[in-house]
Amino acid sequence: MTLLRTPSQTIGPFSSIGFDWLNGSATVVADRSVELLTIEGRIHDGDGQPVTDAVLEFWQADSDGRYREGFTRIVANAEGRFQLLTPKPGSLVAVDGTHHAPHLLVMIFMRGLLKQLYTRLYFSDEALNTRDPVLNLVPSARRATLIARRSTSEPLTYNWNVILQGAHETVFFDP
Amino acid sequence: MLTRERYRKAHPDSQPAYNYPPYASTHARAPREALIEIPQGITETTGPQFRQVQLGSSDSDLTTQAGGAAHGERIIVTGRVLDETGRPIPHMLIELWQANAAGRYRHPADQHAAPLDPNFIGAGRVRTDARGYYRFLTIRPGAYPWRNHPNAWRPAHLHFSLFGPCCLTRLVTQMYFPGDPLLAFDPIFNSIADVNARQRLVAEFAWEVTQPEFALGFRFDLVLRGPRETPSTPD
Repeated sequence: MTLLRTPSQTIGPFSSIGFDWLNGSATVVADRSVELLTIEGRIHDGDGQPVTDAVLEFWQADSDGRYREGFTRIVANAEGRFQLLTPKPGSLVAVDGTHHAPHLLVMIFMRGLLKQLYTRLYFSDEALNTRDPVLNLVPSARRATLIARRSTSEPLTYNWNVILQGAHETVFFDP
Repeated sequence: MLTRERYRKAHPDSQPAYNYPPYASTHARAPREALIEIPQGITETTGPQFRQVQLGSSDSDLTTQAGGAAHGERIIVTGRVLDETGRPIPHMLIELWQANAAGRYRHPADQHAAPLDPNFIGAGRVRTDARGYYRFLTIRPGAYPWRNHPNAWRPAHLHFSLFGPCCLTRLVTQMYFPGDPLLAFDPIFNSIADVNARQRLVAEFAWEVTQPEFALGFRFDLVLRGPRETPSTPD
């Protein structure tokens, strides 16, 4: 049996009415002994304007590399900035034996997007990045758009921007 | 346990493109580079289930959330969530939001000169039951103007947000009402090229859901991205 799939539609400009109850309430397993990272960034459109109504949903493994509840929803602010506090995901070994560098899956929604974008966030200080099978599918010149840069001034802080169009357009995936 | 299922790709006409010029806001927000195809690994084929989220009856009754009775025409919206192979999606969280009966959202960015209803918030949540059915009681939302093109009006709609079994099945969409004359002119609705796929977004009026002396009923089934292969031993 094959049913026709329901098409996607934009979240529009008023999604906070339906989404706010879950905002920022990370469902990452609360192990108090695990330190939290701060991931900060901006989201810009093709005109260089901040996207002030973007919703970013993050899905990640826990620090042991296991997927349980690792979901966080974040909304960009009036300057198009967002901030995520989360434990660093562990690396994982897939069933085929390949090693995956720590990463978060990011789903992005906004007015003007008729369906979500999928991307990934990696960490600049991870040696495993060079062996990550997904990162290696990305042309090397564009790989940096997926890698959050460790801050030299703030402890445990990474910077990662989302650029929807233009010279440094973020890599988006079709999984 | 089955080995991890691989999910189907969408037929291109059955889902909107990112860049769709009649919907003006897509112009600066649609990516211009081609998407990069990646394998469906454990990251993509897992996702949040929100088992710890407790829902009460007011979550699925939007007509009384703010104390008094909301203004407008009460409606019951019910349906089933399935995947493309026809299997129901049980115990899944659905989020809902909408404008009030006058076509106004309770949101600071909505400046439409229609009245707010102090008794209407417009946010709901429900979980599908063991057989994939859900049910909301709400108010039929009004149409409202927007600035996409001269004299542009959005047809009345409800926003639905569904998670499904994993991140690949995540779906945010809109439910429309049958016979709405604005549908023919709405670029968001018409961004779906395939007319049959587009009709998936239009609820059906349902006598069997309608409650005498109380509320009209609408049936709205949702079909999420499904596994490529139908399991040989369905449960």
